[in-house]
Amino acid sequence: MLHPGSPRPAVGPPMVVFDNVTCGYGGQPILSGMDLEIMPGDFVGFLGPSGAGKSTVLRLILGAVRLFSGRVLIDGVSTGPRNPRVGYVPQLETINWDFPVTVREVALMGASMRKPLLPWHSHRQVSHAEEIMDRLGIRHLAGRHIRQLSGGEQQRAFLARALVSNPSLLLLDEPAAGVDIKTRDEVMHLLHELNHQGATILMTTHEINSVAAHLPRVVCLNGGVVAQGPPAEVFTPEILSKTYGADLPIIRYEGLTLVAERPHTYGATGEEHTMKEPHIPTPPPDA
Amino acid sequence: MLEPFQFEFFIKGLVAATLAGGLCGLIGVYVVLRGMAYIGHGLSHAVFGGAVVSYVMSINFFVGASLWGFLSALLISLTTRKRVIGADAAIGIVTTASFALGIAIISAQRTFTRSFEAALIGDILGVQRGDLIALAAVSIGTVFLVLVGYKLILFTTFDPEVARFYGVPTPWVDTAFSLVLAGVIVVSMQILGVTMIAAAIVIPPIVARLMTSKFSHMLLLSAAIGAFCGFFGIYISYWVDVSSGATIVLFAAALFVAAMAWSALRPRLPFPRRPRTP
Repeated sequence: MLHPGSPRPAVGPPMVVFDNVTCGYGGQPILSGMDLEIMPGDFVGFLGPSGAGKSTVLRLILGAVRLFSGRVLIDGVSTGPRNPRVGYVPQLETINWDFPVTVREVALMGASMRKPLLPWHSHRQVSHAEEIMDRLGIRHLAGRHIRQLSGGEQQRAFLARALVSNPSLLLLDEPAAGVDIKTRDEVMHLLHELNHQGATILMTTHEINSVAAHLPRVVCLNGGVVAQGPPAEVFTPEILSKTYGADLPIIRYEGLTLVAERPHTYGATGEEHTMKEPHIPTPPPDA
Repeated sequence: MLEPFQFEFFIKGLVAATLAGGLCGLIGVYVVLRGMAYIGHGLSHAVFGGAVVSYVMSINFFVGASLWGFLSALLISLTTRKRVIGADAAIGIVTTASFALGIAIISAQRTFTRSFEAALIGDILGVQRGDLIALAAVSIGTVFLVLVGYKLILFTTFDPEVARFYGVPTPWVDTAFSLVLAGVIVVSMQILGVTMIAAAIVIPPIVARLMTSKFSHMLLLSAAIGAFCGFFGIYISYWVDVSSGATIVLFAAALFVAAMAWSALRPRLPFPRRPRTP
């Protein structure tokens, strides 16, 4: 389990700046008047209900969303669709798993724009991709079709594609969605290591307790930034109510701030439960 | 067995069908993997409309039909980008309207002297030297583009949105794809026929996909299967005296059935559908 550390002190200028950003799709605003700064070395989780603008934040950095007003800067420069410093890992559910590509081919896609008119990749590019696959523990799977991988290996293959482009900023859209607990932990430990090696990581997640609570910094979104900071400060009933529009009790357990839900029993024969006080589990004696 | 090879028209037809089959197989990989199998069917009909308009306006067939096909493919691409309209619906609207225009012109021009039957069902006897030159030129251009743009086309076909984030000029790749596809359909129309091109584009890549899980292998296999079907389809059509396009497609369909049976009987598929988690 990863435990949240104190956010590292900001050093130097911010890496990403959202300056009074209002944006959306088809004239409909998704985010309004958003101000946010991401510092180099940050590991940030974006939280919020569906439609809150989590993926839109990543797409803003990628220059794929039209700004109605404001600006988004990366290292002081306005974003555009072509930024070699940014690596992006999409949601796995958007991938066509029947497409005939191997892990190596996926990883090398990250180097497509280096000597783009050469039909093959240079020896150096292939070595670099293999080095990254090795680092991510999937080099032995390089010749396999992407469908032949487990969930964690699939996530690593697409992470390899992002890392092959040597980005300093990694964006991940729901990397913990739709995978089992073991895979989720594998992926989160990997991101933790990459962050310690200097990568700035921004990710969206729906998993409050299993993912966001373990991150050093979270940003709660709902049409804009509701709150940001370490989970211990941000996870309060008031902020969560503003973010999710639901009454969510807080539990503190082994140094973690976790979010509970008021219990319900669904079904015609179920009894309705009401919880007066949140139940706080007692840690086992040897914990 | 070698009897047909003494006829010049047969050799011309054989070369044309082999090239057209290989070309359709090659471009078909991108068509199938983009989930646009219907575009071959639709675009060939659209090109038919363009061919009729070119004839009426006394424009060179290859120029007029290619331009018409290219514009139709671009229009489909642009319409598809409006997310509310799916690719299949866009193809249906654009190409059927174009085909209908061709039919309307034929109906209106009662003094029409040219028969478009060959364009509809394919005719080996109609292959002229000019057709072969056009076919060779489009083949060279297509192979060149596939080689030069291999990495970019692969990324764009696999994951178009993310490819754009990585700097791949996806609109240019799409435009080049539309141009090549229109060219392939125009030069193949005479041999395969408007009604048969779709199958010539779709069947070889599907058979190839059943045999490999690697993109580069699929490209080579699909082109080879297309050329093989073109060659033997024409050869068989000579003996059974059936339309060349229909014979090529029926031969390809038989290969597809054989490939399906082979993959069903094979103890281990080339891309076994394992669960996402071990």
